[in-house]
Amino acid sequence: MTDDDRVFKALADPTRRLLLDRLFERDGRTLTDLEAGLEMTRFGVMKHLRVLEDADLVVTRRSGREKLHFLNPVPIRLIHDRWIDKYRERQVSALADLKHELEKEDSA
Amino acid sequence: MTTDTETMVTTQVYRVYIKASPQAVWDAITRPEWTQRYGYGAPVEYDLRPGGRYRAFSTEEMKAARAEMGGGPVPDVIVDGEVLEADPPHRLVQSWRMLMDPQSTAEGFTRLIYEIAETRPGVSKLTLTHELEGAPRLATFVGGDMESIGAGGGWAEVLSDLKTLLETGSSFHGE
Repeated sequence: MTDDDRVFKALADPTRRLLLDRLFERDGRTLTDLEAGLEMTRFGVMKHLRVLEDADLVVTRRSGREKLHFLNPVPIRLIHDRWIDKYRERQVSALADLKHELEKEDSA
Repeated sequence: MTTDTETMVTTQVYRVYIKASPQAVWDAITRPEWTQRYGYGAPVEYDLRPGGRYRAFSTEEMKAARAEMGGGPVPDVIVDGEVLEADPPHRLVQSWRMLMDPQSTAEGFTRLIYEIAETRPGVSKLTLTHELEGAPRLATFVGGDMESIGAGGGWAEVLSDLKTLLETGSSFHGE
């Protein structure tokens, strides 16, 4: 599985998106804090967090005895940058093709 | 416990894996010939020892972009700080103050930690931790919240671009 696949897979689940939304509102939260109000077992929330960590969308840091979860936006940014780049390239190549076509017609 | 958590809320953590050696990543962060080629393109100056000076400089492009948007003049030094810890090519701790915006400058120095670990041969894990206590204004800039007004996408954009540059030889934003 590629990095992108892991990101899309992680984002494909509503609970995981909700967890990311919670971290977006307030970053650096504990598991206890994140699971509050979710109708899910602690184990279930941990499993979702693991998927988010595997995709690098969540990075954990220790602070004393606590494990804090941080939202890491870089993987989403990478996808964004790469796609914009790709579309831009396509536009350029479409223009190049057009130029090529028009010049061919001219010489015909 | 509550105090700890509240303190950490002001911290931002970014991570990216790069197909490059820790030394290459370290150079890309600390050498001006590299920093000009990605992100905001600002050449840096590092005196890589505790107490050493750090400065990042504005470019002609930045000045032109700001003028085009009708903003005020851009200072020659746009970020300053001090090296607190330098353990090449694995760990760099420094203070960091933005000088492009008076409100951010007034918030004073923040702390920046770069950690570079080789996870397997030729692959580096770069983790950037920005401690932004007492700097809510700066936090919106480096968090990319001001991108729509032309302030760039913050650290996420910079690190994405750094990865692209090191892996492909050319970056998205620089040339």
